[in-house]
Amino acid sequence: MVVDYAALKKGGFMRQKQKDHFSLRLKVVGGELEVAQLQAVAEVAEKYGRGSVHLTARQGVEIPFIKLADVEKVKDALAAKGVFTGVCGPRVRTVTACQGNAICPSGCIDTYALARQISERYFGRELPHKFKFGVTGCRNNCLKAEENDLGVKGVYRLSWSGEVCTLCGVCVKACREKAVSVRENTLTIDEKRCNNCGRCAKTCPTGAWKGEPGYLLSFGGTFGNRIAQGRQILPPLKDTITFFRVADAALDFFDKHGKPEDRFLAAIERAGWGVFEETILAEVRHAC
Amino acid sequence: MPAERMADFRPDAAADVTDVVCPVTFVKALAALDELEDGRILEIRLNDGEAARNVPLSLKDEGHQVLRLTDNGDGTCALLVRKVSACPVE
Repeated sequence: MVVDYAALKKGGFMRQKQKDHFSLRLKVVGGELEVAQLQAVAEVAEKYGRGSVHLTARQGVEIPFIKLADVEKVKDALAAKGVFTGVCGPRVRTVTACQGNAICPSGCIDTYALARQISERYFGRELPHKFKFGVTGCRNNCLKAEENDLGVKGVYRLSWSGEVCTLCGVCVKACREKAVSVRENTLTIDEKRCNNCGRCAKTCPTGAWKGEPGYLLSFGGTFGNRIAQGRQILPPLKDTITFFRVADAALDFFDKHGKPEDRFLAAIERAGWGVFEETILAEVRHAC
Repeated sequence: MPAERMADFRPDAAADVTDVVCPVTFVKALAALDELEDGRILEIRLNDGEAARNVPLSLKDEGHQVLRLTDNGDGTCALLVRKVSACPVE
């Protein structure tokens, strides 16, 4: 029998060094799995693997030592419990996320919701090379947004009202960037220093500071053979509709300018950052 | 202009958390608040930096009313907070 390794790889079956054995990559979004899914994974690992799983560097789960002959049975057993296989190769990979504002006190955006939307829209989409999305809820950057081809970082778009501010001084100390000061019975904001982390709004006891979610994007991050930090070229976006316009344009740009085996960064560099920025800015202007 | 801007808050009790680091600063502040009756004001002396950044937010998240944070100019700050008990579960 001729084994179609490419098809298996596309379906998440990673060939092991042990002949006819595969490490099966599962589909996980934002590192979140239900207990029933975990039980199904445990059952398959016990019955078809060697009783262990591997937690990957990007919040995924792999079940090693699946035999070639069991591939279809394993897929069926997992699918019956709502667990699906992941992907490998030149396409959109696992979408990672921290717990975001649904759980974490520091979170500025709903990372789980956005990760699920990104995964529904793009997961498995064919591209010149692998493409990674990562969503982090705030400036603390636990999810390390800039490691990804397209990283999303939650921030707050801020406003302040003197009507209700008591000048209590809490935001002055909460701000790591020293963008806020209280002098002569008034509060001053240095917009150049503000990085939209939103700690002023989170900590404000009176509601004088208001924060609306913002989405700060980074493009072209890669942390494999070549290491480069994703670059921010836009101010924080105001909603996910604009985000998806930009993400659509970024993936289309990769399709157009990328050659096989180019990571997104290489495609941007070939076309030129200026050309890429123009493409992205056009989408943002259109959305405004 | 809110009245609290000029208010002269008088603390009913004091706590010093400059001898511990986060998150024990918060725990120690909570323990001190626990001793007070609802509506009373606690003055907490804490270190400038991490404690001054984090303790007010943690107390706010617990439902207490943060009133003022003043820099003492000696590497410490004074935080005034009014105890707000959680609503009894009906």
